[in-house]
Amino acid sequence: MNQQDSRKWIGQPLDRVDGPAKVTGQATYAADYRGNSPAAIGFIVEAGIGKGRIVSIDTRAAEASDGVLLVLTHQNAPEQAPFGSHDDAGRFGQSHAVLENENVKYHGAPVAFVVAETLEQARHAAHLVSVRYDQQPGVFDAEAHEDKATKPDSLDGADQADKEVGHFEPAFEKSAVTVEAEYHTPSQHASAMEPHATVAEWSDGKLTVHMAVQIIADARKGFANTLKIEPGDVRIVSPFIGGGFGSKLGIHNEAILAALAARELDRPVRVAQTRRNLFANGPHRTAHRHRLKLGADADGRLQAVSHDSLAVMSRGYPFAEAAGGLTQSSYAAEAIRMSHRIVEANVPKVDSMRAPGEAIGTLVFESAIDELAERCGIDPIEFRLLNEPETEPGSGKSFSTRPLARCLREGAAKFGWQSGVVRPGMKRDGRWLIGHGVAAAIRPNNIEPAGAEASLARDGRLTLSLDMTDIGTGTYTILGQIAAETLGMDTGAVEVRLGDSDFVETCGSGGSFGAGSTGTAVQQACDSIRTDILARAARIDPDWSGVNSADLTIDGDRVSVGDRSLALGDILDAVGGEAFRAKSHIKPGDAHKTMAQYSYGALFAEVGVDADTAEIRLRRLLGVFDAGRILNHKTAHSQLMGGMIFGIGAGLLEESLMDMRYGAFMNRDLAEYHIAVNRDVPRLEVHMLEGFDEHSNPLGSKGIGELGICGTGPAIANAVYDATGHRARKFPIHIEDVLPAVARLTKGNAASR
Amino acid sequence: MYPVSLDVNGKTVSAEVDARTSLLDLLRETLGMPGSKKGCDHGQCGACTVIVNGVRINSCLSLAVSHDGDAVTTVEGLADGESLSPLQKAFVSHDAFQCGYCTPGQLCSATALLDEIKRGEPSVVTDGKVTLNEEEIRERMSGNLCRCGAYNNIVDAILSVAGEPA
Ligand code: FES
Ligand code: FES
Repeated sequence: MNQQDSRKWIGQPLDRVDGPAKVTGQATYAADYRGNSPAAIGFIVEAGIGKGRIVSIDTRAAEASDGVLLVLTHQNAPEQAPFGSHDDAGRFGQSHAVLENENVKYHGAPVAFVVAETLEQARHAAHLVSVRYDQQPGVFDAEAHEDKATKPDSLDGADQADKEVGHFEPAFEKSAVTVEAEYHTPSQHASAMEPHATVAEWSDGKLTVHMAVQIIADARKGFANTLKIEPGDVRIVSPFIGGGFGSKLGIHNEAILAALAARELDRPVRVAQTRRNLFANGPHRTAHRHRLKLGADADGRLQAVSHDSLAVMSRGYPFAEAAGGLTQSSYAAEAIRMSHRIVEANVPKVDSMRAPGEAIGTLVFESAIDELAERCGIDPIEFRLLNEPETEPGSGKSFSTRPLARCLREGAAKFGWQSGVVRPGMKRDGRWLIGHGVAAAIRPNNIEPAGAEASLARDGRLTLSLDMTDIGTGTYTILGQIAAETLGMDTGAVEVRLGDSDFVETCGSGGSFGAGSTGTAVQQACDSIRTDILARAARIDPDWSGVNSADLTIDGDRVSVGDRSLALGDILDAVGGEAFRAKSHIKPGDAHKTMAQYSYGALFAEVGVDADTAEIRLRRLLGVFDAGRILNHKTAHSQLMGGMIFGIGAGLLEESLMDMRYGAFMNRDLAEYHIAVNRDVPRLEVHMLEGFDEHSNPLGSKGIGELGICGTGPAIANAVYDATGHRARKFPIHIEDVLPAVARLTKGNAASR
Repeated sequence: MYPVSLDVNGKTVSAEVDARTSLLDLLRETLGMPGSKKGCDHGQCGACTVIVNGVRINSCLSLAVSHDGDAVTTVEGLADGESLSPLQKAFVSHDAFQCGYCTPGQLCSATALLDEIKRGEPSVVTDGKVTLNEEEIRERMSGNLCRCGAYNNIVDAILSVAGEPA
């Protein structure tokens, strides 16, 4: 690499700067934090009913147990703002009060919190708490209570819950070819490897919290609003987070319990949710029923598209997922309709999980598209290309970029797609029925307001400080690359400090907006420093006036432009000051309102289905993606792979099963909630198109963290159809769903032999 | 409370432990070594994997009192001073993690795996002679979950190290 190229850091596949800390066990996650005085350990006692009232709660045995310091219940819990109050702060910033009263909101909700000297003592004593309930009938299942369904006030990821463009019914009526189907997607838990954990300590009325959280500024509001203190009296520290996937966007029960108990005991309290706790005391993606109707004319041009979804909403916690949102942006049609209905239910918090909306939306919508293509007698890729829109169908807005066709074409070439109408059961490899499937991936691109602070010291070391988080997304590394490129310096001279509410507020990590938003803020702060250096240098030496700031480089403690060179210290001495400092604040540009902005991909899967047992094995998975400019090819590649593996889970493995009699999730551990393991995953092929979306942000980047999951599940489902003739109507696809189709095929083969 | 004395990363340590304390909690809580992670506490995720007397185990599933006299290697003990082990280096260069939470367990597992292969211990996918290949690695690393989905990079990191002269 020559000298000039080495300044072009953005995009380089640099190793993660936090890599060495992570491979030596030195990265401190929330539960690893050890303060000056030893923390007491908390353990949650969960409600054993789904809805009802606590008649009595006996904590005497627990209180008398070895090492126990405190047992909190609704009877002695300190006052908090009512759950849900301060709703103007958003669902993460609102009050998250716990142990409010004798009413049980959902199965597994905390009814007591035991704090002891050690985990063993707290866990034991938790089992000694005895609770009597008056159980009442609850609402747990949307379909069984569809009569109570309402339109949600707001939808996460779409501006309207219901929308119709054109006139759906007549367009559907006159369609020559139709698909009308009902699908079910399951409840899922994000299941980050790090369980939610919090260490809370108080000093002089101020609260310091070490916790696992994606958006620090919202968490701060959440604590302040719950505990009735000022946000300025809350400090959140979260330097390393063991995965989020949406589950750590906000704060959860263990966090408030720790803060309450720490204040009562005047001692730090640490609590890590158990894996079992997480299935009720963390958030989940809820099950949806989707009704899809698609119609095309005889030539395969889409006429009518509709997607109606039904799901529960956790009572008092406003979140509904835009399952049908992508009907607005995927394919051109004369009429498009979507509707979302929710039933308020006595279930744990329903919230975002990786790619809310699209992850489940593409699963069913791209399956239905495949089915319609087949009925039209058209190759599934051709069908999609035929229906490529000129402008966003749901809004009429121009696309900032629309590279979906390119993703599909390049993917088909790389995968070796055999075009033609899907004809199930035609490919065989020994005992395996082979199937190929394709699906499109689409995910909205967002930018959120974010700030950054940069400080360049006289020795040429740059420090960035912002309350952004790195949840495995490579943020530490990427922000350093952006800063170093902007200031023409070495990445080794940049220190990135994240995960602390003492730093400038950002958007945090979520919705794939983190890198683009905070990266732009960092670029702007560094750009201000660059301008500042030149202005001050020009005051010392007029030869520096009018030079192009883009040509500035910093080497060690010297700044140069062309053959001009000055020591940073000399500039500072001449004008005063210890460092060059700049703060920035960015907002989404108008193009986020006026244009339709998405990241895109095309996914290709090959499955083998055992001809006797119907066991489904994924043999190949390939994705071609466009997420604008790639900020670090190594970490981006990893994120896309991680998303695709999430998609394997959505297609084949993951479901949280609720016992609808009690509103209790049943498979509350990692032996029964199946995420893909190493051997479930074939060698994945990830291809990134070199794009640059000038409308997204000045870096040209778009969101990438959620893109891989969109499209993977339906590509697998479509491959299963190609292999067996089984059209998935519910996810994940089970062996027993596929068996009848496999049996029909093999019987057919036997007869024709 | 029961006395235990064991060798952790080459140092002899002694502690008084509760009979209920797992080896994982002994390391994390009593000995102040939080490098080993707790993902499930039930032997279902592998985040807590450590090497005991040369064999990898889920330290959350093993009681501390049963390890008197044992030699334990944790993620904190894989590097030689400041210099990372070949596997640690390969994990960094192959981006074999994202959030890093499963990484201590993956690394201990992978370190022990290479020895299993050397000892010729077969797995369910072994066909005849035990050799290190992608399928063996995937099978043998399937007890270490990674929600970030770094599996392919983990496989590549292990393969790259196995290719090196030991
Ligand atoms: S923490 Fe031991 S296997 Fe999960
Ligand atoms: S790197 Fe996050 S779980 Fe493996």
